[in-house]
Amino acid sequence: MKTLLMIAWRNVWRNKLRSSIVIASVVLGIWSGLFIMAMVSGMNDQRLSSFINTNLSHIQIHNAGFQENFDKKDTIIGSNTLLKEIDTMSHVTAYTKRLVLQGMASTAHGNYGVKIMGIFPDKEKNVTDISEKLVQGTYLYKLKRNPIIIGEKLANKLGVKVNSKVVLNFQDSNNNTVSTGFRVEGIFKTINSSFDEENVFVKYDDLAPLVSLSGKYHEIAILCDNITETETVENQIKTNNSVESWDQLSPELGYAQEAMSNFIYIFMGIILLALAFGIVNTMLMAVLERKREIGMLLSVGMDKRKVFTMIILETLFLAFIAALLGVLLSIWTIEYFGRNGINLSAVAKGLESLGMGARVFTKLPFAMYVDITLMTLSVALIAAIIPARRALKLNPAEAVKAI
Amino acid sequence: MNVIKTENLTKVYNEGKGNEVRALKGVSLAVEKGEFTAIVGPSGSGKSTMLNIIGGLDKPNSGEVLVDKTDIIGMKENELINFRLQNIGFVFQAYNLIPVLNAKENVGFIMLLQHKSKEEIDNRVESLLKSVGLESQASKRPNEMSGGQQQRIAVARALASKPKFVLADEPTANLDSKSTSDLLDIMEQLNEKEGITFVFSTHDQRVIDRAHRIITLEDGKIINDTTKLS
Ligand SMILES: Nc1ncnc2c1ncn2[C@@H]1O[C@H](COP(=O)(O)OP(=O)(O)OP(=O)(O)O)[C@@H](O)[C@H]1O
Ligand SMILES: [Mg+2]
Repeated sequence: MKTLLMIAWRNVWRNKLRSSIVIASVVLGIWSGLFIMAMVSGMNDQRLSSFINTNLSHIQIHNAGFQENFDKKDTIIGSNTLLKEIDTMSHVTAYTKRLVLQGMASTAHGNYGVKIMGIFPDKEKNVTDISEKLVQGTYLYKLKRNPIIIGEKLANKLGVKVNSKVVLNFQDSNNNTVSTGFRVEGIFKTINSSFDEENVFVKYDDLAPLVSLSGKYHEIAILCDNITETETVENQIKTNNSVESWDQLSPELGYAQEAMSNFIYIFMGIILLALAFGIVNTMLMAVLERKREIGMLLSVGMDKRKVFTMIILETLFLAFIAALLGVLLSIWTIEYFGRNGINLSAVAKGLESLGMGARVFTKLPFAMYVDITLMTLSVALIAAIIPARRALKLNPAEAVKAI
Repeated sequence: MNVIKTENLTKVYNEGKGNEVRALKGVSLAVEKGEFTAIVGPSGSGKSTMLNIIGGLDKPNSGEVLVDKTDIIGMKENELINFRLQNIGFVFQAYNLIPVLNAKENVGFIMLLQHKSKEEIDNRVESLLKSVGLESQASKRPNEMSGGQQQRIAVARALASKPKFVLADEPTANLDSKSTSDLLDIMEQLNEKEGITFVFSTHDQRVIDRAHRIITLEDGKIINDTTKLS
């Protein structure tokens, strides 16, 4: 067996050019597959974390009726007790409470429907990163009365700048229409432009009295110390209110994640299938070229199982070298662009409305590399069978014939 | 004692087709242990066909082949491969050696297939390389050796398994006259000193002259069988 391994290994290098070309094509195939996947996966991850960081957080609690019709009267039941409980839970990094109203933002330029979030700026800062996304102005600190921060996209539509006045219209808890002026203190821009268009932030302390909901909350948002702890925390919360995790709040994010990994395997499967044809072709050539030599081996008493194994080993060596190089190249480039990012601003306009950044940071779970290596080797093993079987059909008498 | 005995061998290629060839038409032959026999005859007379059948590389259409009293015609393929490994040495006209192994490894390869111990292999390979006069080439690969040297290594390889006889189909066809006579010297020496049985085919009159027994084939039949008196 040792000799067989040695012979197979040396046979791989008999035709250096040909072997190198096969190896190079497999390396490129693996690399391009993994790299594209890492881009998609990176974008997806970025999208996910931006949704979580600027908007969703990991868990939200609402009155069970609230999510259906956004009735301002459906505030969280027993919020004080609930908050005390959450305070003592493990894996909770931060939480905050909010009022959430549907309303209208108006200026001379027009009226636009918005979601008005009444927040506690200090607590909010620990849960979401809106405070870090300001491109102009400050974060609900400076102005004493009725400050508001709005997204850049909305600011442009409303034609407002920092310090401009915006009128918010909404209904109070008795369904009376309230119309109040706010002054723009800051303008934010996240990578999700539709979020920027639809959400405005004001202070809870300003909003609550206007709608007669002081001490009441529509929403509690919780950030866990890790996304993987979401379920653990979720299970600790005992309440009659509805408790939803990020993937329940925004199911398409969860699907995207799952669809992504299925897609990776299908995509790689197709690439590997194409590569398999190349491998079969090369190895068939190698076998037919060595007809006489293989005939000689059979003649002098090398049994068919050994000849078969030899050809399989040659194929596997090729595939193994290629898989190793391909995966190393992928790890290296994915790691590099994972740190430095790839600038896609030329084509990024469309991406932003999907909640993806213009700079993509490649990323691929380590298990994926292992899986792809194993997939490559299994495909190679299957591809190896065809040339190896061809070798078995050769006739030992072939070797005796003159050239 | 007969190491090879054939009875009424016939071989037809492409039987029943338009290009049917009757290569052997009833060949009966016995080879004794220790013979140094040449099979001669014009091209197409059936020399290779006969050697292939005797060596178990091909099957006849009828007749029998006994190697040391063992019938090899009925053997299954894998059985036959193992039989060849243990009993018959082969030297071909070309493509004798494994290109990726050096001389020493090529000679030892057969013994590895026979599962011999490393020590036994090393000893035997060394003495075989000595007897074909190529100790100095032990670590060269085939493409670094001359055609004559390659054929001598092939003889050493054929002997490594301690076969009952060595079959050589035109072993000198690709060699110049110097290499041819060197190779024959070695074969003759091994025959005389160690009693190795050689059966080889050839076209070359110089090779025929050195054979101890000459079997002449023509059109698939033995037309002459002469043993020289020594
Ligand atoms: N595989 C084959 N298929 C069809 N015909 C064959 C095959 N091998 C040999 N023959 C034919 O059988 C006959 C005997 O061939 P063989 O090779 O035994 O002759 P030979 O005496 O060895 O000739 P040479 O001196 O040229 O090597 C020839 O007519 C040849 O064409
Ligand atoms: Mg011939």
